[in-house]
Amino acid sequence: MDLINLKNVEKKYKNGVTAIYDLSISLKKGSFTFVIGGSGSGKSTLIKMLYREEKPTKGQINVGGLNVAKLRNKKVYKLRRKLGIVFQDYRLLPKQTVYENVAFAMEVIGAKKDVIRKKVLRALEEVGLKNKIHNYPDQLSGGEQQRVAIARAIVNDPKLLLCDEPTGNLDPERSMEIMKVLEDINKSRGTTIIMATHDKDIVNRMKKQVITLKDGHLVEFKKKGVYNEIV
Amino acid sequence: MKLFRMLKRSIRDAFKSAIRNFSLSLASISCITITLIIVAIAIMASLNVQNFTKVIEKDLTIVVFLDNEATPEDAELVKKEIKNNSNVESYTFKSKDEVKKQMQEESDVFNTVLDGWEGKESPLKDTFQVKVKKVEDIAKTANKIKGIEHVSVVRYGEGMVDKMVSAFSSIEKATYIVVIALVVVTVFLIINTIKLTISARRREISIMRLVGASNFTIKTPFIIEGMILGLFGSIVPVIFTTYGYLAFYNHFDGHLFSDLIRLIKPEPFIYNTSVVVVIIGILVGMVGSAGAVRKYLKI
Repeated sequence: MDLINLKNVEKKYKNGVTAIYDLSISLKKGSFTFVIGGSGSGKSTLIKMLYREEKPTKGQINVGGLNVAKLRNKKVYKLRRKLGIVFQDYRLLPKQTVYENVAFAMEVIGAKKDVIRKKVLRALEEVGLKNKIHNYPDQLSGGEQQRVAIARAIVNDPKLLLCDEPTGNLDPERSMEIMKVLEDINKSRGTTIIMATHDKDIVNRMKKQVITLKDGHLVEFKKKGVYNEIV
Repeated sequence: MKLFRMLKRSIRDAFKSAIRNFSLSLASISCITITLIIVAIAIMASLNVQNFTKVIEKDLTIVVFLDNEATPEDAELVKKEIKNNSNVESYTFKSKDEVKKQMQEESDVFNTVLDGWEGKESPLKDTFQVKVKKVEDIAKTANKIKGIEHVSVVRYGEGMVDKMVSAFSSIEKATYIVVIALVVVTVFLIINTIKLTISARRREISIMRLVGASNFTIKTPFIIEGMILGLFGSIVPVIFTTYGYLAFYNHFDGHLFSDLIRLIKPEPFIYNTSVVVVIIGILVGMVGSAGAVRKYLKI
């Protein structure tokens, strides 16, 4: 069953630059997909459209039954509650502890305190940081900070996890640790994962579904792909 | 329950933010305080001026004297015409005999003099005392009555009353303008202060939006923060209203210049005004914050 459906999607920015041309793809529930491409290929734009940070200029985007293209600004939160997002720069709150950073995602949607505690501890255990709940972000390594961000992204049990270059700031060893965490989440929770990256090594090692973009065009969509040198 | 939890969290966050951004909060509170003091003065002035006008209006009557030729039937006709005037609230009629009797009762000195005054020889006249609905139109009404047959003289304190009423009306309008202008200025002030607070919390807000916080959840803490600033900003103006007006009232012994210009009694006036000042403070804070959040977050 498809979780994501894009039909003839086009994104043209106000400055006249077209980031995505006529893109049509479907992604199944529980799949793990890499979106690869060079700078300006449109991979970040694609991710942004999926969480409705950007609106497509043409076409339809369906995420978990929600028509993202037609979603009004006031209703965007409904989509965001169905997914988790991880960024290259972690986006943690520096004055809050690891626990508070993860709990924050549940507090703002009005979850109960006891439920928050249970789920936050579970998420932190999954990313291997249960022993650092009282630490502040600046007391953690880059890899650990990214794992906190992943815990925050999965704490609300999303169906979809969007990762925009999550290993971009990390060395190869830490990057592989992050990929291991993401793969475990994909397997144990059945969470659909879409990850934009330009890390050739990761893509080749993981052997997952690969969408290759070049200058906004879909070049290749392979089930068990490798890093396409064309990009 | 969920709404209650969110509200509890919003209140907690609002207090946290107000304390965290202490210098900004203090600046806002000071500005609200100064504005609200002026607003309180304007409100008290406006209400007192309204009261002056009311007192004058209450005391104001047109006295209509009929000529000596008027028969009781003529007086009846005049009465009818007065009654039909749309600006007439009420009237009383006193025949010259009733006036004479009243004067005789009031003083023994008059008694003997008045005894000799009979019929057309009497200098006393039949009179109507007319109260009007709109004091601004008193001159028009008096002129109309003057035109009725057998009406010889009409008096209503012309000149002085007209000037006083128009002066009070101008003062009242001016105070309204001052209040509105100050409220608008304060709203803009709050908008800018909250904007700075929002700017300091942009990262947090962007994360809130990413993890699916609704606009309501994002906006509410800021709106509550604005209300808190408004509430704290109204503390000094309330103290000023309460003790300041009391001192003012006692100093002037309850009236200005003449007995006609009477000040409103302090109780419950000062309490009512204080409540209005607090409500204005809270509303101004709320509206200002809502404006800032709307503009700045584009939600």
